[in-house]
Amino acid sequence: MTRAILVVCLAGALALTGCADSSPRDGGGGPVTVVFKHAKLLGPVDPLAPLLVEFAALHPEIRVRAEALPWSSDEQRQFLVINLEGGNPGFDVMMLDCIWVPEFARAGWLLDLTPSLPPGELAAHFPSAAEAARYRGRDWALPWMMNVGLLYYRADLLARHGLRPPETYDELVAAIRRIRAAEGNPRLEGYLWQGKQYEGLVVNVLEGLWAAGTRVLGDDGRVFPDPERAEAVLRFLRGLITEGLSPPWTTAADEEITRRAFGQGEAIFLRSWPYAADLFELPDSPVRGKVGLAPLPRHATGTAGAGSTGGAHLGVARGTRHPEAAITLARFLTSERAQRVMAESGAVKPTRPALYHDPALVRAFPSLPRIHDLTLAGRPRPVTPAYVILSTTLQPELSAALVGVKTPAETVAHSRRRLEFLLEGLGG
Amino acid sequence: MSLRAAPRTGLLLVAPALLLLAAVTAYPALWVLWLSLQRRVPIFGIAQFEGAGNYLFLAGDPRFWSATRITLAFTVISVLLELVLGLLVALALAGQRRGRRLALSLLLLAWALPGVVTAKLFEWLYNPAAGLVNYLLLGAQINWLGDPALALPGLIVADVWRTMPLVALLCYARLLTIPAEIYEAARVDGAGDLAAFLRITLPLCRSILLIALLFRTLDALRAFDLMFILTGGGPAGTTETLTVYAYRSLFQTLHLGLGSAIAVVVFGLVMLVAWGYLRALRREGLTA
Repeated sequence: MTRAILVVCLAGALALTGCADSSPRDGGGGPVTVVFKHAKLLGPVDPLAPLLVEFAALHPEIRVRAEALPWSSDEQRQFLVINLEGGNPGFDVMMLDCIWVPEFARAGWLLDLTPSLPPGELAAHFPSAAEAARYRGRDWALPWMMNVGLLYYRADLLARHGLRPPETYDELVAAIRRIRAAEGNPRLEGYLWQGKQYEGLVVNVLEGLWAAGTRVLGDDGRVFPDPERAEAVLRFLRGLITEGLSPPWTTAADEEITRRAFGQGEAIFLRSWPYAADLFELPDSPVRGKVGLAPLPRHATGTAGAGSTGGAHLGVARGTRHPEAAITLARFLTSERAQRVMAESGAVKPTRPALYHDPALVRAFPSLPRIHDLTLAGRPRPVTPAYVILSTTLQPELSAALVGVKTPAETVAHSRRRLEFLLEGLGG
Repeated sequence: MSLRAAPRTGLLLVAPALLLLAAVTAYPALWVLWLSLQRRVPIFGIAQFEGAGNYLFLAGDPRFWSATRITLAFTVISVLLELVLGLLVALALAGQRRGRRLALSLLLLAWALPGVVTAKLFEWLYNPAAGLVNYLLLGAQINWLGDPALALPGLIVADVWRTMPLVALLCYARLLTIPAEIYEAARVDGAGDLAAFLRITLPLCRSILLIALLFRTLDALRAFDLMFILTGGGPAGTTETLTVYAYRSLFQTLHLGLGSAIAVVVFGLVMLVAWGYLRALRREGLTA
């Protein structure tokens, strides 16, 4: 039997026998215990521990037990789904990838935070972050960490050849051709992006669709509402590889592989997330001081390029015994104070625009104001409970178009047929 | 204690173990079977019985058939390679005079690494720009994991590297128990190396090879971690095995009924193969 089934079965068995009930019970009077499930934060120092100490001093009536989620995003999702579906999750506050929020809300796993939030609380976050947690007009989670797709370019190379950061993909292609012809370095790659069959590929294609002035889901729920433009975007991405503007291994590339190659000085352009900016400026980085940040380009048919926003939110399990304590913790961790501490640690970017112009933070991370503008221009992925169904169905189809197994027209037609079947009757 | 009472006492004594086994294997298995007969999408509050609906959908689902083909191809090729190479390595080990201990430790290292570590290791080996594999091929720019024709062979090589040591160790242990006198007698009778291998070594290793074949086939049919980490089932779904498809349906799209149906198919496939092997082993007189 597969590992996956065993896991789900064991979880079911445990839930039935009551072993999964690890959430502590409290007698009245004493402090309540809130269990907080979060992914380990990457970065030079862990900002979470001191923040929780601070929280304990502020709220002696609440005891927080922080527990780390598994390493990869897939396993985190698996853990949360199994426990939440069991109905007695054993945790109160959880860290969520923003694309799961509407889905978990639709499933009835999250507590509706709308009545507990003072007016204007969410207005202090990036609009796209707040929008990602709003479903059926209610707010289901608090934005905690921010991410946005952006274009890194080798400022030194562009300057040497009298070029400005490209505003359109045509300019990007022209810049690659010109720089490579003049540099005469056969090992210098053009444009790096993520084409492996995974969520990152979907993000790259969504950004391409937006850059061409179209989307993956129309207002009427149609998949690829403008098939001609969608095909043109896929043809362009495939063309990048066949014409050598992007390396052939793009079809197996994820964030880290592309970030490392660009960080070694092996490419002119890179599509990635803000975390890479700090790594490029490390003292021993070969590209230190040579990297610029720009918005993603647009296609000739579009009006503006936009990076996909992403990040993490904090949600409260609907089954929690201590909703007030859980909400207090979530609000503290997403507060300006806590997000400043997290930003200082270099681990993550805040969801509060005000922090991007904070003098002390900007001194430590000079790219913050630039990232602020790019984030503001970013767009969330489709905010729908069916997003993960949409994405995992698209992944093999889009990959097939990239490696040339299917034509763009076949990919669009097959995706539409399959998704319209899967999404039928699911409702919003 | 009378002899007649013994079977009943015996049953009583194994009862706790049987109950435990039933609780942790039979119960979940039946539960998955029950799930597979439902259309169940918890996110959307859908939970209804629909009989064979999921299985009928799979029967016409090209992604399912592609995953089945890939699973079978992966199993047959990787297990065959592992058996042949494992036996060869065992022979080399047995014929070696010095450094056996070192060779054994190195073999065990590959076998002892967790699957995730092996996968990450091969991610770097296959890296088209900086990977050792392309470097050894004199700087060839081969796109191992991103090319639909090369990704599955790449995964098979990684799997063979990881599990060939198991076969090698099993065969090596068997070789150690073959008395040297048999070979001496054969040589006296005029048998060459090849004849000795074909007439003595191979027949005597037959049963251990069958056991290795059983273990490896059952494992390979459930292959998951290498493809999940190295390729995510891509490119273009060319490395998506049945278990990866089941995982995606169960935990990503959260179609629990459909995912369970795929899992039941894998389970049936594994049981079928296990049954076939057990019959073969019984003919060898290896099981009661």
